Amino acid sequence: MTVYLPIAELSVNILIILGMGAAVGFLSGMFGVGGGFLITPLLIFYNIPPVVAVATGANQVVASSISGAITHFRRGTIDIKLGTVLLCGGLAGATLGVWLFALLRRIGQLDLVISLAYVILLGTVGTLMLWESIIALRRASKNETVTLRKPGQHNWIHGLPLKMRFKKSKIYLSVIPVATLGFCIGILTSVMGVGGGFIMVPAMIYLLRIPTNVVVGTSLFQIIFVSAYTVIVQATANYTVDIVLAFVLMIAGVIGAQYGVRVGQKLRGEQLRALLALLVLAVGIRLAIELVIPPKEIYSIVSAGRGF
Amino acid sequence: MRILARIFLLGLFFAAPVAARAEPMDFTEKLDIGISTDEISITSDFRGADLTIFGAIDGFNANLLAQGKYNIVVALEGPKENTTVRKKQRVFGIWINTNSMTFELVPESYSLSSTRDIDTIAPPGGMNNMGIGVNHMPLTPIGYIGDGSNLTEFRDAFRRLRETTGVYQRDPGGVQFISSSLFKASVRLPADVPNGVHIVRAYLFRDGVFVAAKALPLRVVKTGLEQAITRAAHESPLFYGITAVLLAVVTGWLASIVFRRD
Repeated sequence: MTVYLPIAELSVNILIILGMGAAVGFLSGMFGVGGGFLITPLLIFYNIPPVVAVATGANQVVASSISGAITHFRRGTIDIKLGTVLLCGGLAGATLGVWLFALLRRIGQLDLVISLAYVILLGTVGTLMLWESIIALRRASKNETVTLRKPGQHNWIHGLPLKMRFKKSKIYLSVIPVATLGFCIGILTSVMGVGGGFIMVPAMIYLLRIPTNVVVGTSLFQIIFVSAYTVIVQATANYTVDIVLAFVLMIAGVIGAQYGVRVGQKLRGEQLRALLALLVLAVGIRLAIELVIPPKEIYSIVSAGRGF
Repeated sequence: MRILARIFLLGLFFAAPVAARAEPMDFTEKLDIGISTDEISITSDFRGADLTIFGAIDGFNANLLAQGKYNIVVALEGPKENTTVRKKQRVFGIWINTNSMTFELVPESYSLSSTRDIDTIAPPGGMNNMGIGVNHMPLTPIGYIGDGSNLTEFRDAFRRLRETTGVYQRDPGGVQFISSSLFKASVRLPADVPNGVHIVRAYLFRDGVFVAAKALPLRVVKTGLEQAITRAAHESPLFYGITAVLLAVVTGWLASIVFRRD
């Protein structure tokens, strides 16, 4: 059963897209991540033009993040003030990102930059996560207690000026690192179609020392608004949001996520992280291979009317 | 509105290739063509179609006609756009788009039909002058192209890619005489035929010499839900973007209600 994607300008098998959405939804529910970093490369593997995959991925992130954010909002685990500072940086970053996106597309290097960015990001994050979870698994098998660094500990980031009090997080922190983090994630959202939670959460915990109970909710708060903004700007600047593709993905995704959450609760934290790390690395390696092997066709055609 | 449209269409006739417009006056032959419709609506399940064009030669020389000296070429040209061809090369082990060349206003689609292979109808020089056929259409590069040594390479790549994807097609034998001077031509509309004003051009050759030409506009309009979406995305992108976001918000929100576990 095929469905025509009007913006991507190609016919795809709807069952494959549904399967992709459900699988990524399942994994995102299981690991508690948005899944943008998986959906975009998968779409690219399925020959969706990278420009469409990125913008549509951001749209899918909005849907997959919203139910999590609602839950956190009900529980009161969102620091709105901190989230707003992150968001200000994020919107600026996303604006720069979309401009960068259009520039790279014009000079014909967008596909390359998207692939390279994914290879670097997934490679680094995957390796770090795998390393960390192997250490944690070893410790667990020796029955050692895991000692996290004390949250009270300070680093150079806490010496920066322009400090602000965030009551809900119970911290007194400069807005500079917070807005900078938001800015960087904003660029990633618009260039790569990811929410960026898998980078933002560790950065907030380890670099900014924000208490873990508000970290996930607050990052979801920022992700929703930055992704939504990215979708709207991509739609107006580059016409690359495929609403049909996005809708099929998000329907399958939100259903898949419910089952993922249930499976995730039965697995141990270290095991989950090791599995996620392997998955992240596998996607990164697959993209890296694509860049290195000789392409079937070294020429490509782009015109104002069609083609990406 | 209709009059305006007529004037616009008239303008299209005059936009025909220079050589084709400058019809030699010393030939008595005239060419007439007709299509059953000047507008084609394409639905979302469109898989390509054949368009039939009927035509007649007037003022012909019966002797030459009997000897089969008259040849007809019919081309369906899609809307024209500036088109860029890019080439990948290996740089530090990675395949990167390194060179590119942009050609000025080339048709987005091109379907050619003729009484026989066009290279046997007239000498290649003549076809080049008139820009008839995939191998003869003008591919003029825009901007700096260095010493032009890679011009052939990019032109060949352009033609090959357009032909392998099926948007450029040729059918030597697609034009048939149904009586002594009446002919029928069928040209193929590819499955991904571009929207916009296409032009049907017919050319008459007598013994290898170009004699007469005629052009008719054909509007291709896509219909259906997919087309409505494409139009919305391009004509009211802000509204489209906001709709996409709202769709995501509602989907996520509904899911959180349906699957609520507390």
